[in-house]
Amino acid sequence: MTPKEYKYTTEHEWICPESKNKGKVGLADYAQSQLGDVVFLDLPAAGTQVEQGKKMGEVESVKAVSDIFAPVSGQVLEINQIVIDEPGLVNKDPYGAGWLVRLELSKPSELDALMDSDKYDKFVAVLSEESE
Amino acid sequence: MPSPYLPNTDADRTTMMQEIGVDSIEELFQDIPETLRHAQFKLPSPLSELELKKELNQLANLNTSLDNYVCFLGGGSYRHFIPSTVEHVISRSELYTAYTPYQAEVSQGTLQGTYEYQSLVCQLTGMEVSNAGMYDGSTAAGEAAIMACTMKNRGKVAVSTTVNPTYRDVIRTYVKGRNLSIETVELDSSLSSDCACLVVQQPNFFGYLGEMEAHVQKVHDIGALFIAIVDPISLGMFKPPGQYGADIAVADGQALGNPTSFGGPGLGVFTCRQEYLRQMPGSIVGKTVDVEGKPGYVMTLVTREQYIRRERATSNICTSEALMALAAAVYLATLGKRGLRHVAELCYHKAHYAAEEIAKLKGYSLVFSKPFFKEFAIRCPVAPSRINQALFNEGIIGGLDISHIIDNAMLLCITEMNTKQEMDKLVEILGGF
Amino acid sequence: MNHHYLLPDVSQPGKIGCSLPALDVPPTELPPKELLRQELELPEVSEVELIRYFTALSKLNYGVDTGFYPLGSCTMKYNPKWHEDIAKLAGFASIHPLQPEESVQGALQLMFELQEYLTEITSMHTTSLVPIAGAHGEFAGLLLVKAYHQDRGDKARKKILLTDSSHGTNPASAVMCGFEIGVVASDSEGNVDMKSLESAMNEEVAALTLTMPTTLGLFDPKILEIGQLVHERGGLLGADGANLNALLGRAKFGELGYDYVQLNLHKTFSTPHGGGGPGSGPVCVKEDLADFLPSPLVTKNSGRYKFVSPAKSIGRIANFCGNFGVMCKAYAYIRSLGAEGLKEVSENAVLNANYLKEKLKPYYYLPYDRVCMHEVVFSARRQKAKGVRTVDIAKRLLDYGLHPPTVYFPLVVDEALMIEPTETESKQTLDAFIEAMKEIARDVEENPEILHTAPHNTPVKRLDDVRAARDPDLRWRMRS
Repeated sequence: MTPKEYKYTTEHEWICPESKNKGKVGLADYAQSQLGDVVFLDLPAAGTQVEQGKKMGEVESVKAVSDIFAPVSGQVLEINQIVIDEPGLVNKDPYGAGWLVRLELSKPSELDALMDSDKYDKFVAVLSEESE
Repeated sequence: MPSPYLPNTDADRTTMMQEIGVDSIEELFQDIPETLRHAQFKLPSPLSELELKKELNQLANLNTSLDNYVCFLGGGSYRHFIPSTVEHVISRSELYTAYTPYQAEVSQGTLQGTYEYQSLVCQLTGMEVSNAGMYDGSTAAGEAAIMACTMKNRGKVAVSTTVNPTYRDVIRTYVKGRNLSIETVELDSSLSSDCACLVVQQPNFFGYLGEMEAHVQKVHDIGALFIAIVDPISLGMFKPPGQYGADIAVADGQALGNPTSFGGPGLGVFTCRQEYLRQMPGSIVGKTVDVEGKPGYVMTLVTREQYIRRERATSNICTSEALMALAAAVYLATLGKRGLRHVAELCYHKAHYAAEEIAKLKGYSLVFSKPFFKEFAIRCPVAPSRINQALFNEGIIGGLDISHIIDNAMLLCITEMNTKQEMDKLVEILGGF
Repeated sequence: MNHHYLLPDVSQPGKIGCSLPALDVPPTELPPKELLRQELELPEVSEVELIRYFTALSKLNYGVDTGFYPLGSCTMKYNPKWHEDIAKLAGFASIHPLQPEESVQGALQLMFELQEYLTEITSMHTTSLVPIAGAHGEFAGLLLVKAYHQDRGDKARKKILLTDSSHGTNPASAVMCGFEIGVVASDSEGNVDMKSLESAMNEEVAALTLTMPTTLGLFDPKILEIGQLVHERGGLLGADGANLNALLGRAKFGELGYDYVQLNLHKTFSTPHGGGGPGSGPVCVKEDLADFLPSPLVTKNSGRYKFVSPAKSIGRIANFCGNFGVMCKAYAYIRSLGAEGLKEVSENAVLNANYLKEKLKPYYYLPYDRVCMHEVVFSARRQKAKGVRTVDIAKRLLDYGLHPPTVYFPLVVDEALMIEPTETESKQTLDAFIEAMKEIARDVEENPEILHTAPHNTPVKRLDDVRAARDPDLRWRMRS
């Protein structure tokens, strides 16, 4: 089940807002199930500026490569080093240990443009129907 | 007469048509517009196997083969000794009639053989990773230049003037294909900061070697990549690119166990630093385990390749030269540490003997006074074409005529295949001019 | 010595795999130390160990000589054995690409005649034999397209159109030539959707690349209409000729409206695939494109053959003149068939594919239920609904001693199985394949576990490709 406190993008990234305009970013369960076993992550280094909706990295599985888009604009504060070494965490625990980067938000109001968990669940339900 | 390659009989075909529910095979071609599905073909009448062999033998006999003529010609294709092990291994039809190993469980021969090739080539070049091979040395160099531009996000490729002219031509075609630019530079000149790479050949086109470290430093100082085109046989005795700091090293692997074959198939050896692994074009074979924990091999990091990444692929390459790579692996394993060093030394000492004897002749001189491996350029008293005609009349294929680059110059190549008698004969004929 | 070892495991100092002659001239001074290598760490094995090792490796491999190999769009037809004998003739194998042209007239004649045969087979104007594989031929073709438009002064043509069923090399090649990609949809019959083409085809499009028959194994009856539309709007029509086996001796690309086509000698023309090459990908073009062809081309003048560089050549795309060793085999193949023989190839190939289609249709979903050409695409979606996927079916086929068809391609079909039997397979072989597929369909219902855990009878079992990608182990190391 998608965590209630998180916000979601149409490209299946999530952001978990933290205090002081920070937030953790990761990939939603739908993304990891579509990708299959994740083998490699290409994430922006700490200090990089990212822009909402623009590509900030890549996630690679055995059979596909996908772009990772920044859910909001800001600066990368840290990368989850554990997921770099164990990319399988994105599959096993996409909303927890499989987090990717922590950002400092430059425009917190951008969060309003994202989907909350109910809306996102409906969005995914429609996608799953369409692919059948 | 029935064809040996069409195992179905008329009876089989009739049964099959009945099962499909058609009265004639013609019905199966109904989607092709009527006026276009009965094309006429002007082709020679078919030959049976014995007629075919006779016909092709005749064609082959119109060619002067290096089995019958002495060869002093190099310039990118080389007559080296091919031990019988190579041909024997690559003639095994389980290996040569197989496809690209997408179903790994029944392709372990191809895959493990490729893993050996990748390993051997890294040991030889001193580089950290290798792919499974590309078309030839020139296209490998072209792909390396593109890789550098992509990685560095820069649009210019610098190529040394002493790189083989046909390689420069191919690199140019690849670079301009992507609307990037290419500049030919003297090895000692400084590079502009928009260069993604410098491509250098060692030994260079004229056969000469120099210290590369300073050039590598210069390239790294502007944050660019140093791409070395090397002679794999020379690496039996000369410092490999991995040791002088090359970022990408390519070569033509024809010299490693493959015949000259009128220029193809060759083999594009492609190696680079570990950190560039995900930008490297071509297939790569990796070791893993199966569900029972037994070691096995698979094509890996396939998401770089065209069938997954499509327009974002590192290259469009699909089929490469797998069988030639296997031949190279068998060659390197056959010769081994000692054998390859010995072959390199034979080339080196024989070439120097020939060069010294020629330099003694009136009217001849060595164009360069630098260290060389197996090729060297001589200045001749008359046009090289005249000399080559005389040599040919005596059963010798002379060196490459490079008089369009350096007046009256010829590029000679000596390998372990050339004997003292052959070289003495060469000197004798040259002395007649 | 078996395959469980690698070369370093058997290596011992002092062994060697062949004998070499001693130096027969006085040795000379060595070059400066800075240029030399100190250590050369390669394995040292004896010939007997080496041969046993590679022999053991070969026994792990499955080739066309082992059994049925129905990979779609790969045309894994049987490779006549005289190919190998011919390519080994000293007059073909031991000639140098730069030796005097008078001394290789036989080779040049072979190449010239092969150029002519391929030109005739495709009804084009000129053929270049230089491209070293199909993808290289595609690259060459698109460079020609680029040069053609530039020569006309038309700078707007920045796009190549492809279909949604195109092979991955098609978009990859387009990008290598600096083009952008546009995609044209297929309709419900598996043909080009004309509305989609109408809206995509404009003055920004340099060419449409259209495999024919398509990767769905289907011939688009509207081909002339498609070509007309593309030409009307100033574009060129190019074919990925990978599927020529369906049209050999029957239809010519040039008459179907194409301006250029790249061929695969290692598919249609029966040269062996080598485990991933060598191949050869000649490109055949109409007169408008001939001047731009890569260098060199073989010409004939007063009975003499020579290499020339076309007037406005795009330059060199390879070091020499192409994979001559592969050309010899394709040349011999065409000489052995003649026009009638070519026709028998495509007829038997198409018959075999349609037979498989009809016999497998009750068991596997057929997305396009119409006459197919030399290959047929099924979907394992019925099986997927029961938890068994295409990959499981493929792995289980290995247990029957059969190579699986192409899987998960083309992308427009879910859980795709692309089956191309080729003409060199007998009805008996096809029936054995059909029986195996029927049993597998039954196992989906009765014993799915055996499919999930397949293969069971192969030298190694299902391999962990996740691990291979997560922790790449791409070579062994030997240190002194």
